[in-house]
Amino acid sequence: MNEPTQTQARRIAEEARDRVRFEEEALELSDQVFRVARHLVGSREEAEDLMQETYARAFRSWRSFTPGTNLRAWLLRILTNLNIDRGRRIQRTPQMTSIDEHGDYYLYDKLEEAEGTPLDEERVVERLSQDSIVEALAHVPHDFRDVLVLVDIGDFSYADTAQILDIPIGTVMSRLHRARRILKGELAEEVVN
Amino acid sequence: MSGYAFDPCARCEEVMQPYLDRDLSEEQMLEAEAHLDDCSYCRRRYRFEVSLRRYVRTATNEQMPLELKAKLAALRTPLH
Repeated sequence: MNEPTQTQARRIAEEARDRVRFEEEALELSDQVFRVARHLVGSREEAEDLMQETYARAFRSWRSFTPGTNLRAWLLRILTNLNIDRGRRIQRTPQMTSIDEHGDYYLYDKLEEAEGTPLDEERVVERLSQDSIVEALAHVPHDFRDVLVLVDIGDFSYADTAQILDIPIGTVMSRLHRARRILKGELAEEVVN
Repeated sequence: MSGYAFDPCARCEEVMQPYLDRDLSEEQMLEAEAHLDDCSYCRRRYRFEVSLRRYVRTATNEQMPLELKAKLAALRTPLH
């Protein structure tokens, strides 16, 4: 084997090793990615499809990932882009509903009203069923929900969320603030009814 | 102007979310803490917000199906 062929063989072997490492690391993160994906779309089936598309694309374009940067954020950037490509309408100026007008303490006040006695503020959330949380989250308009899911469920920083969704950090903060209010408004509706 | 002097509970409500996100200046964090120490009305609502966030996290924690995990693993480039 002459010199250039040896170098070439070594490069191919190194690349294969890097690729395998990348694939292993991406797979290790799949539980965490799924947790977020599940609530970015309407159903479990959609989330499963989206996960497969995301991983297929990630494995194809693994070379464009910069080692040492946040792989989970990189995977979610692919996933949110694919989700938008799947025909989701981008709401530039999302439609707001009246429930958005309530203050931050609205849900607490409604729960207290329903209870009639001072609340055990750490136990009262249990009056809300886990299903009702999932359902209320699904009612939050897409563009607000994306931010809420990435920050409050995915534990991403404002900066990572801004990068994943390709929006300014100020927009992340304002959408997050409103998304939490909308979610609480939805939950309060349930308490009232 | 911090706003605490005028209507402390309204100000506290205003900064509650950034306070929970630790997204306030040190001075603003201390002001909020001082108010929460003094005011049981706001403190109860603060504790509620903390437990609600935790509950949302728990309620939305859906496990990935094992079959999906296997499908993703099968997408890897085959080793020669």
